[in-house]
Amino acid sequence: MKYFYLVFSSLKRKKLRTLLTVLSIMVAFVLFGYLTAIRQAFDAGVEVAGADRLIVRHKVSIIQLLPESYEDKIERLEGVDNAAHSTWFGGIYQEPRNFFAQMPMEPEELFDMFPEYIISDEQKAAWLETRSGALVGRGLAERFDWKVGDRIPINATIWTKKGGGRTWEFDIVAIYDGVEKGTDTSQFFFRYDFFDETRAGGTGQVGWFSVRVNDPDRAAEVAAAIDAEFANSAFETKTEPEGAFIQGFANQIGNIGFIIMSIMSAVFFTILLVAGNTMAYAVRERTGELAVLKAIGFTDRGVLGLVLGESLALTLVGGAIGLGLAWMLVSMGDPTDGSFPVFYIPFSSIFLGFALIALMAFIAGILPALQAQRLQIADALRR
Amino acid sequence: MTKINTNSTLVTVTGVDKVFKRGSEEIHVLGGLDLEIPDGEFLALMGPSGSGKSTLLNLVGGLDRPSEGKVEIGGKRIDKLSDRKLAAWRARHVGLVFQFYNLMPVLTAQKNVELPLLLTKLSRAERKKRAAIALDIVGLSHRTGHYPRQMSGGEQQRTGIARAIVTDPTLLLCDEPTGDLDRKSGDEILDLLQALNQEQGKTIIMVTHDIHAAARATRTLYLNKGQLSTEAVD
Repeated sequence: MKYFYLVFSSLKRKKLRTLLTVLSIMVAFVLFGYLTAIRQAFDAGVEVAGADRLIVRHKVSIIQLLPESYEDKIERLEGVDNAAHSTWFGGIYQEPRNFFAQMPMEPEELFDMFPEYIISDEQKAAWLETRSGALVGRGLAERFDWKVGDRIPINATIWTKKGGGRTWEFDIVAIYDGVEKGTDTSQFFFRYDFFDETRAGGTGQVGWFSVRVNDPDRAAEVAAAIDAEFANSAFETKTEPEGAFIQGFANQIGNIGFIIMSIMSAVFFTILLVAGNTMAYAVRERTGELAVLKAIGFTDRGVLGLVLGESLALTLVGGAIGLGLAWMLVSMGDPTDGSFPVFYIPFSSIFLGFALIALMAFIAGILPALQAQRLQIADALRR
Repeated sequence: MTKINTNSTLVTVTGVDKVFKRGSEEIHVLGGLDLEIPDGEFLALMGPSGSGKSTLLNLVGGLDRPSEGKVEIGGKRIDKLSDRKLAAWRARHVGLVFQFYNLMPVLTAQKNVELPLLLTKLSRAERKKRAAIALDIVGLSHRTGHYPRQMSGGEQQRTGIARAIVTDPTLLLCDEPTGDLDRKSGDEILDLLQALNQEQGKTIIMVTHDIHAAARATRTLYLNKGQLSTEAVD
């Protein structure tokens, strides 16, 4: 602790250079925090995906439908606890930019299959009783300022109604919350019976099945059994873990994780050069002073520690401010105006951020610090 | 005042060679040099540039090691100490005064003087108190909060002396302490060194080119071509 003022005083030596370096590091960590939140938004579904849930879809692609009757067949297979189907509705609320997922589901099955969605008993009863009822996530309701009792028109892009209309109207009867922070509360569920009776085509066909297995350790075995069951039929299936299915959805945009990692690697490499350059100059122009410190009794390791401490102080100030700013920006809301199911910086990423700060400090400071450690007092004083 | 022991000879340099290598060339700066300095002496070392004065000072202060021979301070052979032990020994027993003061420009006079005390187990309050005493001894109690750039050369050198004496070292090593000062400021520094020697019994070794400065010492030795003598060689 007693060396703090020595470390911070050294950083005051070239105020402009220190300020610019701190700002560079700060920008890097703002980016880190913000991009982490974006990645979290894409990964949220994967992270909270049930380890005991599989997704069964058409072998060719997700847009090919499967017979609803598969549900009973799947449930009869050994190792399967329950199955529930969903279908992509793909409607538009007011304008195309208001994207969110809408899916018809069997009302009784939804809460059994997805215990991570929680609502009051009163709203649950309303959901089970109202044929045109819709169950929306808290995030989605807040995004459009919806409340229970509102009637919401959705323009269908895929499913026309019998008689040719494309506008479907739903009554919001319940709003669900997520059991944890990463739970997707941006979805819009409505009843399958209402959907199936109202749609003009595709009756009796559904998009995919969510399947809960009795033993997650046997999930791969059950998945193989399901696909084997429907092999050589008109509707062959592809069964995969829910996490992989959701990841596949996200990957339609691109490999988000890879893109973000690439951006962050480039940013951190550049900032590392900036911080390393600052530290190298800071040590080179203070050769005499470091020699004096050694002359009055500072050990080689002590001087090494001082330089590394300086490097840590530099990156810690910039990095902590950057992470703080990122936290503030992310708290202000997601940049898509609500399209992300979740948008926050996980605590684990904050810890990772501080670990990166320490790593950056070490890499930027170690060579100048070793140079300071090896400094010969008599030689340095003669310069 | 703390001494290493009560032996009347504080510094013993025996058969010391110092060879510097410049590429393949070897430069013999000191050759078989012997020197004894009694406790409490104020010794002036004179000699032409490149004669090895500063090199000898560095060897006695443990800032460098001899190529051959031995350096004993208070009966302790310092040339055989490990780097870590030698650093600890310097912190405890040596005060250094440089020609160009070598103060930390980003620290106030008070903080500059406190620097050697960071290596002790003293509390912050105690460090501050001792630095204030040292600055008072050199007549700078009114400049504690000033940075080196806000002080004259003489004041900076007095701050350097305060830093050198704050740990109450056994040896005070001064490398041309008046070399960068005008006559008046130089005299003030010499007065101070003389007082430290006479009133506090500090053993001082001062390298200087200035006969006027050397006259303040209790003994003057001349170094020429790596050898010591009591008389200047033309």
